[in-house]
Amino acid sequence: MGKRIVVIEDEPNIVEAIAFLLSREGWEVRTCGNGETALDTVRDLRPDAVLLDVMLPGRSGYEILKEMRADPDLAALPVLMLTARGQKKDRDLADSLGVTRFMTKPFANADLVAALAEITT
Amino acid sequence: MAETRHLGARIRERRLAAGLRQTDLAKAVGISPAYLNLIEHDRRRIGGKLLVDLAAKLGLEPGQLAAGADEAQAGALRDAAGRMPEAGAESDQAEALAGRFPGWARLIGAQAQRIEALERLVETLSDRLAHDPHLAASIHEVVSATTAIRAAASILAEPDVPADWRARFLRSLGEESRRLAESAEGLIAWLDAGREDLGETALSPVDELGAFVARSGYHYPELEAPAAGEGQIAEILSREAGRMASGADELVRAMLARYLDDARAMPRPAFEAALEMARARPGGDDPARLAAGFGVGIDAVLRRMASLGGEAAGLITCDGTGALLLRKPVEGFPIPRFGAACGLWPLFQALARPAQPVEAVLEMPGALGPRFRARAIALPRGAGGFGGPLLLEATMLVEPLPGAEAPAAGVVAAGGACRVCPRLGCPARREPSILRAEAPG
Repeated sequence: MGKRIVVIEDEPNIVEAIAFLLSREGWEVRTCGNGETALDTVRDLRPDAVLLDVMLPGRSGYEILKEMRADPDLAALPVLMLTARGQKKDRDLADSLGVTRFMTKPFANADLVAALAEITT
Repeated sequence: MAETRHLGARIRERRLAAGLRQTDLAKAVGISPAYLNLIEHDRRRIGGKLLVDLAAKLGLEPGQLAAGADEAQAGALRDAAGRMPEAGAESDQAEALAGRFPGWARLIGAQAQRIEALERLVETLSDRLAHDPHLAASIHEVVSATTAIRAAASILAEPDVPADWRARFLRSLGEESRRLAESAEGLIAWLDAGREDLGETALSPVDELGAFVARSGYHYPELEAPAAGEGQIAEILSREAGRMASGADELVRAMLARYLDDARAMPRPAFEAALEMARARPGGDDPARLAAGFGVGIDAVLRRMASLGGEAAGLITCDGTGALLLRKPVEGFPIPRFGAACGLWPLFQALARPAQPVEAVLEMPGALGPRFRARAIALPRGAGGFGGPLLLEATMLVEPLPGAEAPAAGVVAAGGACRVCPRLGCPARREPSILRAEAPG
């Protein structure tokens, strides 16, 4: 049985590409397009990893990450954060909240797949 | 005498510029060349008729030669030195430089001002880049579209993508490329609009208000008429249309509305008559007494004295944080355009004593040490009610004191801003000065 991942991203064409890439690698992919229901989806699926965008409607990726780290069941869950803002302060904020890996957009497909493989082994 | 310290150098400079020999000038004013030589080396003080004659032969007004004309330039030079302390400019020689090479001094001063203005412009534009919501949204659109295009294009470049997925990614490419084009157009439009600002050096709404007040001298004849109203304010604003950015026009409108209120409460003929009578009485033009007479606040009287006082009356207001809100300049009294001003000004002392008038004679740095009578009061601003916060606004009237009127004691050695103030031992100093030695006077 493949590993499971929740992709929390509001851009449908980016979600489609990521879902294709990860499915091809054997991942079971669940997607969520808004920040408000993201945590419910994660708690429901109990994935092996979360791919989390920063700018989401309803709630920011930082808030979701913070709440995940405060939840004992999700505190150790690997989270790869995607953002269009790659400034040091953004990385520092993500680090302080307990992100597992931080990646800026636009990314190379191979790098994304490799990073997810790394943080889930 | 401080004011004659570089007079000789100025005479020599102007004589050489006029192509006159020492002998010729000496003869023209009826003194010996040896005596003129002593004067030019500041070893003899002069004044009166000889100064007038020398100035006339050099094609100048006596005042230009004697003092003052170079003082502003010397101040500008010290200010320029303060902005680049690593250059090690001899700030204590600013007056000598201004006296001997006025053209170069003007150039240095003007360039320093231009650099300061451009630096503020860069700050403003950087701030806009960092915080403008439209720009942030546009960039997010561009990055999102680029990400989708890159991911889809990479997948399509692979050989074994199923046909149905290939069709989906081709559709995605089409959608996202259109979106990218639209976002890019929006960004270009935004940048073009920003470029128009580069021609202006109006750097913030408060700065624009200050520039407007300085241009107009804080006097608006249209608003002095008995029937003046909103129409006249609109007329003044319409003349400024296109010169002010959004935000500045609101400040100017509010300032003019308050001016109109002041003018209605203290009509010019009545106010000037009351002022003249007050000045003839012991105690002089006490703003508190005038305020009681007209039934207005003391701050309103200070504003009115500034609005009708011409070039000899400056006005500065600030809020409770000390941020300057309104600046009507008066010659010789340096008001920092940006950053904090001298903490010794009664303007700031008044903030610590709300509703209590504060008065001081301020002596500014420099060879001439010009003195100013400064009267200030801080009053609550707005209607916060019992439960609301106390918001204060302080108002200060600044008037030059002729030398004969300057008191011998009780003078406060003040300045404009710490960074370019030579009073190294000042108790109000908040940051080091770039000037190395206490200036004379």
